[in-house]
Amino acid sequence: MSTAAVSQIDEVKTTPWSGGRSPFNVEYGKMMMWFFLLSDAFTFSSLLIAYGSLRFSAYAWPEASLVFQSVPGLIEHGAPLVFVGMMTFILILSSVTMVLAVEAGHRNARKEVVWWMIATVIGGFMFLGCQALEWAHLHGEGFWWASIPSNPEKLKEFFDPTLHLSYAAQVSSAHQFANLFFTITGFHGFHVFTGVIINIIITVNVLLGTYEKRGSYLMIEKVGLYWHFVDLVWVFVFTFFYLV
Amino acid sequence: MSTEPTEVHAEHGEHEGMTRKRILRVFLILLGITCIEFIIALAIVPSHPDFAHTWANPIYIVLTLAKAFYIVAFFMHLKFEKPSLIYSIIVPILFIIGLILVLTNESHHWITLRM
Repeated sequence: MSTAAVSQIDEVKTTPWSGGRSPFNVEYGKMMMWFFLLSDAFTFSSLLIAYGSLRFSAYAWPEASLVFQSVPGLIEHGAPLVFVGMMTFILILSSVTMVLAVEAGHRNARKEVVWWMIATVIGGFMFLGCQALEWAHLHGEGFWWASIPSNPEKLKEFFDPTLHLSYAAQVSSAHQFANLFFTITGFHGFHVFTGVIINIIITVNVLLGTYEKRGSYLMIEKVGLYWHFVDLVWVFVFTFFYLV
Repeated sequence: MSTEPTEVHAEHGEHEGMTRKRILRVFLILLGITCIEFIIALAIVPSHPDFAHTWANPIYIVLTLAKAFYIVAFFMHLKFEKPSLIYSIIVPILFIIGLILVLTNESHHWITLRM
């Protein structure tokens, strides 16, 4: 008698969107990481779109091939894109070592996870070091927040000479360029720095066996998402500051 | 509580994963696209000013979006998640297109103000 007819409303629902199981089939923390990254993507796009619209509305803009043409410590002039190309390569490579750490985590291979995480952390530090050199070089040229080379002859060197711009036009767009460059690469560099710190904490946890005890290396995937996002943002920063 | 993550991991095992071979392939694609960008920027643009003012920037943007696709789809594994998760991440991103349209329009207005 008791097993007969469960009324329809009391039936246990099993389909994803009626509360039976997780509709996204991902763990809570991983889903929240995705939504955090979505919000971060909005922040970065706002910054980059603001940059784009200021640049569109300017008469001229400092030429990337004239501003970024040195490899700090090695070549002073005439090597556009070489140094930033190296930075891009380092960041892509550290993204690859991160996926390899995730892949090793799937196999519960603790030692491999540790080595790939250490490689990722080293890649992150190398990128930050390169960025510090790049900033120091530009600062040496006279650029900083709200600061441009004070000598008009020096400032002229960063613009296309065929355009014959007025000094006032050069000052205005050089200021915009300096502020936007340091703000956007600074905000990205801050993300890289945070990512490196998080990666170090996670590596220590792997060494302590935290995730082995937990039975899952899912945490590597979560920090991996953050790290790939940082790489993703760099792809855009690279295009819009150095190529376009 | 302690068993929950294990279940998640087991569930996750059902997904199609990133094998080492696939990781290497995506890495080579990203590297290849970056190399194409360098060739355009260093070899083609300096000697072809017309190309620099017309096709160079659209090509850079398409290549950048291609790189973004490979990073998000494969490195961030989004391609292998449930469609509902994919849509909840990708659809809000489309709002960005709106901001781009509004502000490019606005900046064309600013440049006429400056003239």
